Amino acid sequence: MKAGSAPFRISPPLWLLAELTYACPLQCPYCSNPLAFARHRAELDTASWLRVLREARALGACQLGFSGGEPLTRSDLEVLIAEARRLGYYSNLITSGIGMDARRVAALRNAGLDHIQISFQASEPVLNDYLAGTQAFAHKLEMARQVKANGFPMVLCFVIHRHNIEQIELFCELASRLGADYVELANTQYHGWAWLNRQTLLPSRSQLEQAEATAQRCQQRYASSMKILYVIADYFEQRPKACVNGWGSVFLDIAPDGTALPCHSAAELPGLSFPNVRNASLAEIWRDSAAFNRFRGFDWMREPCRSCPEKHKDFGGCRCQAYLFTGDPSNADPVCAKSPEHQRVAALANAAGNTPARPIRFRNSCNSRIFTTASLSDRLKGRPRTG
Amino acid sequence: MAALTMQTIIQLAPTYRLQWEQAQDAYVLLYPEGMVTLNTTAGEILARCDGIHSVAEIIADLQRLYPEADATAQLTADVLEFMEVAHNEGWLCAI
Repeated sequence: MKAGSAPFRISPPLWLLAELTYACPLQCPYCSNPLAFARHRAELDTASWLRVLREARALGACQLGFSGGEPLTRSDLEVLIAEARRLGYYSNLITSGIGMDARRVAALRNAGLDHIQISFQASEPVLNDYLAGTQAFAHKLEMARQVKANGFPMVLCFVIHRHNIEQIELFCELASRLGADYVELANTQYHGWAWLNRQTLLPSRSQLEQAEATAQRCQQRYASSMKILYVIADYFEQRPKACVNGWGSVFLDIAPDGTALPCHSAAELPGLSFPNVRNASLAEIWRDSAAFNRFRGFDWMREPCRSCPEKHKDFGGCRCQAYLFTGDPSNADPVCAKSPEHQRVAALANAAGNTPARPIRFRNSCNSRIFTTASLSDRLKGRPRTG
Repeated sequence: MAALTMQTIIQLAPTYRLQWEQAQDAYVLLYPEGMVTLNTTAGEILARCDGIHSVAEIIADLQRLYPEADATAQLTADVLEFMEVAHNEGWLCAI
């Protein structure tokens, strides 16, 4: 704390994301998991997760996401859900739908789960199953029907990129047919595997403009039956997103091995040692750890953020994006036009759609081992290439 | 969506959950991957939308809670206005 600055009040972590596992039967090339997921240590056991749920609730967390990987691969999921319900969380299951059947959907309901989000890769089986790296589409349809039959609110999530962005209208039709309450049309956020595949996945500016117009039309058409949320592609913007509403502000992520993170990409940042729930209480981690205080508040900022009138709105943007493009997470998010390195983002966005075709690198253990070695050599050579 | 009347019986829509949160010292409305922190009066109103009591009964109950607002028609107008907003947001549904 610098002399003269007002004391910064640490707010409670309202949102707990429990990444139960990195195991997943799908291989989506835009996965937000770390490239190095295959090297991760053993998953937390049931008792440790129960302690995490209790400690986070005591700190004030009330929204809880069970995520992964595929959280359904954990056979103790129903036990964790039941405890979450008892503690008063609103619990969300974020799933591919693979790993459950009609009986398990009913069991999740009985355990006290509040909501299920199912992801789709495309609006039809050929592209969906190609992107997922496995046959999944027909089962997803059946599980969506079961989710509604069991009385859950249902969100269908479509992650958008160059190869499916022209299906937005079809996504909304599919969601409407399945009785979705919410639709997320989420442009890919380029971290983890999506960063590795950025030149293959990033849509062109004209594709994006059409997609936004289509999404707006669909929002009006379906206004009485479902809410459609459109998550923008920030590489094409002039101001950064308020990533996780500010570092260590409301969002707490626990990785499968117990590492506590202020966002699910933060593990890739250099120079930070993230605490683990095996060695410390969540109260110590959230309030006192160096990692959670590193980018909290405004004192860490450099120019152009430090004197920016908009810093209370966007908190300097995304630390991971600052690192990926500039090599230093303390810099302004270069999505911001005020950043001296904005050109790096703009160049990537402007080249989208004009770069030669590259193979898609699917998210699987084999590629995890190959590309963590490659990305390490990238780093040794300096900044990642963005052109 | 039909307009609310004094006789309408309303309740929280099934995709929402209302609960008191000690850490925020407020009622919150929870829904898939989202949360609205309510101010005191909004929380007191929604907490009474139980699928049993009519709009008129809820207003009468709130008048007992806030007797200083009792003298005017203001409280009735404020409650109705908030209920309309909540109804249009999809938080409340008539039964």
